[in-house]
Amino acid sequence: MSLVSLKKINKFYKVGAHALHVLRDVDVDIAEGEMVSIMGSSGSGKSTLLNVLGILDAYDSGEYLLDGTPIRGLSERRAAQYRNKFIGFVFQSFNLLPFKTALENVALPLYYQGITRRRRNKLAAQYLEKVGLLEWSEHRPSELSGGQKQRVAIARSLITQPRLILADEPTGALDSETSHQIMDLLAEIHAGGITVVVVTHEADVAARTQRIIRLRDGKIATEAASTSPTPSTSTSTSPSPSPSPSPSTSTSTSTSTSTSTSPSPGSEQAG
Amino acid sequence: MIDLDSWQEIFATLRKNRLRTALTGLGVFLGILILMAMIGFGSSLESGVKKSMTGFATNAVFVWGQRTSVPYAGLPMGRRIDYDNKDVAALRRLDAVDLLAPRNQLGGFRGGATAKYRGKTASAQVSGDNPDFQYVQQPVMKAGRFIDDLDITERRKVCVIGTGIYDELFPKGADPIGQYLEIKGVYFQVIGLFGTRQTGAQADRTLSTIHIPFSTFQQAFHYGDRVGWFAITGKPGVSAAELERQIRQLLAQNHKISPDDELAIGSWNAGKEFNKMNSMFMAINLVLGFAGLMTLAASVVGVSNIMLISVRERTKELGVRKALGATPTAIVRMIVSESIVLTMIAGYLGLVMGVAGLEVWNWLLPRLGSDVPLGPAVVGLGTAVAAGVVLVLFGALAGVIPAYHAAKIQPVEALRTE
Repeated sequence: MSLVSLKKINKFYKVGAHALHVLRDVDVDIAEGEMVSIMGSSGSGKSTLLNVLGILDAYDSGEYLLDGTPIRGLSERRAAQYRNKFIGFVFQSFNLLPFKTALENVALPLYYQGITRRRRNKLAAQYLEKVGLLEWSEHRPSELSGGQKQRVAIARSLITQPRLILADEPTGALDSETSHQIMDLLAEIHAGGITVVVVTHEADVAARTQRIIRLRDGKIATEAASTSPTPSTSTSTSPSPSPSPSPSTSTSTSTSTSTSTSPSPGSEQAG
Repeated sequence: MIDLDSWQEIFATLRKNRLRTALTGLGVFLGILILMAMIGFGSSLESGVKKSMTGFATNAVFVWGQRTSVPYAGLPMGRRIDYDNKDVAALRRLDAVDLLAPRNQLGGFRGGATAKYRGKTASAQVSGDNPDFQYVQQPVMKAGRFIDDLDITERRKVCVIGTGIYDELFPKGADPIGQYLEIKGVYFQVIGLFGTRQTGAQADRTLSTIHIPFSTFQQAFHYGDRVGWFAITGKPGVSAAELERQIRQLLAQNHKISPDDELAIGSWNAGKEFNKMNSMFMAINLVLGFAGLMTLAASVVGVSNIMLISVRERTKELGVRKALGATPTAIVRMIVSESIVLTMIAGYLGLVMGVAGLEVWNWLLPRLGSDVPLGPAVVGLGTAVAAGVVLVLFGALAGVIPAYHAAKIQPVEALRTE
């Protein structure tokens, strides 16, 4: 069973009297433990797709199953709880709260789970250590570099032990050297068994994922298995500098269950 | 509902924007300060006027004779009504009467006489009184005693003088007790010296009084059994108005006065004045309190306004919080708590400053002179508690609209503003 299953998702934005069709019959299946990138030019609907995946935005028709649970018409409270428990977010602009220290920022999602401050801070320190920033725990975001901020944000996304990490242009505000480190970190998280979805428009970032979902004008254009040097994928031998647009599935690797078939455009799976 | 963590969240946000917090707080601070000033002023005015009325039992009735205005039972109008000891006896039989103090005064009401002592003279109001009178108008004994029953039955030539008389006749520090004063050729031995709690002109008049035994007065000044007027108090539970009605009825009957004749008997009841005064102060306090409350409400609207701007400013923060799992309830709770805490801290400071201000006022007051019709301002615990409750309530109210807006922020839109 796939962790994320989108079927014929449609989404409109009302712009004046017209409705803008942002997602058109989008089918996406992401297996547990996969690392997937969503690519597309700006306006292709990739951010909207991520928002739908993250239960930050509603969709107009279709079906979205998250771990088998239909996500539709949730109350704001339920949506908040799902986000808190299931999903970790990593943003392009980090979105750390400027008046909180790194440690407090990392601990924030646990505050909304009602976990005691003591335990929260202990866990937050552990996760900060994991991203190599323990000694920065008392610093505020303004005192951190971009790469450090993103690592704090990643620690924050991990602290609730989510099943799914959604990263929206995680390297968009970083130089290539730092981008590389952040992608290493995300790959490491993926190696730990967490499903990672990265929205990006950078080919070399996408290349580090197992599979690329391309969006064009709200439609899935192609899906390509990227040959990536992810630690968990050992089958690939020739890292391609740019993802090939051919819908080859030969190198598709799935670290988790065998039920995950690599989907091709239009392929439908009977749930 | 609010645990330590929530407090930390609240104070972190309040500290984040000190200027906003300070300005908002200032509004509430001033609002509460003005409310306190208004309540304090009302209280000061009330206690001032009531102070000038102290020294009277609140259900005292004064009755004197005037002239009839209606012919009745074959008697012409314009007939003078005089009272005598028979009326005293009749009034004493009334159940409603508690204390009965028949009085006579040389020269009548507000009339004067002179008292002489060792070549000095003082103008005085000389009145003949029963011991009961000390419970109607309450003199504060400074030395000696008031007239007692023995003075009455033995018709002793003794007198009790006010400090005003003492100041005029006696050298400073001299003991007046046992000395003899001459009034209209009759010598009276001083047995007591009294002061008063009254203030102003009323106090001056009271303190220039010389009380002598009622029976002595009638004999010494040839009043026979005539009685000038009565000071009467009712039993507990009898209103001054009811007492006055009964007395007037009885006297009208005994003196053959038409029941329709309002002018034959003069009377004044302290209760009527007291009630009038009370309802007046209630109205004043109501107006002052309302104005103060409205000022406070205006400052709370300010808080609401600023909180609303703050929510707009923090759109992104709130969006992030929601994305990370904050429920709408958590957001509402956060904003409302911030509003309450801000309002309460500022309000509490205002309350403390207000109380301090009233203390200064109360300290200043006796130094302004005794003629100022203002007394110490008292803001009771009840008022303070009520103010606290109102603050929490207003704080919550101020937070509701901003909190509603905050809860409606969509994380998607919040995160898009980059």
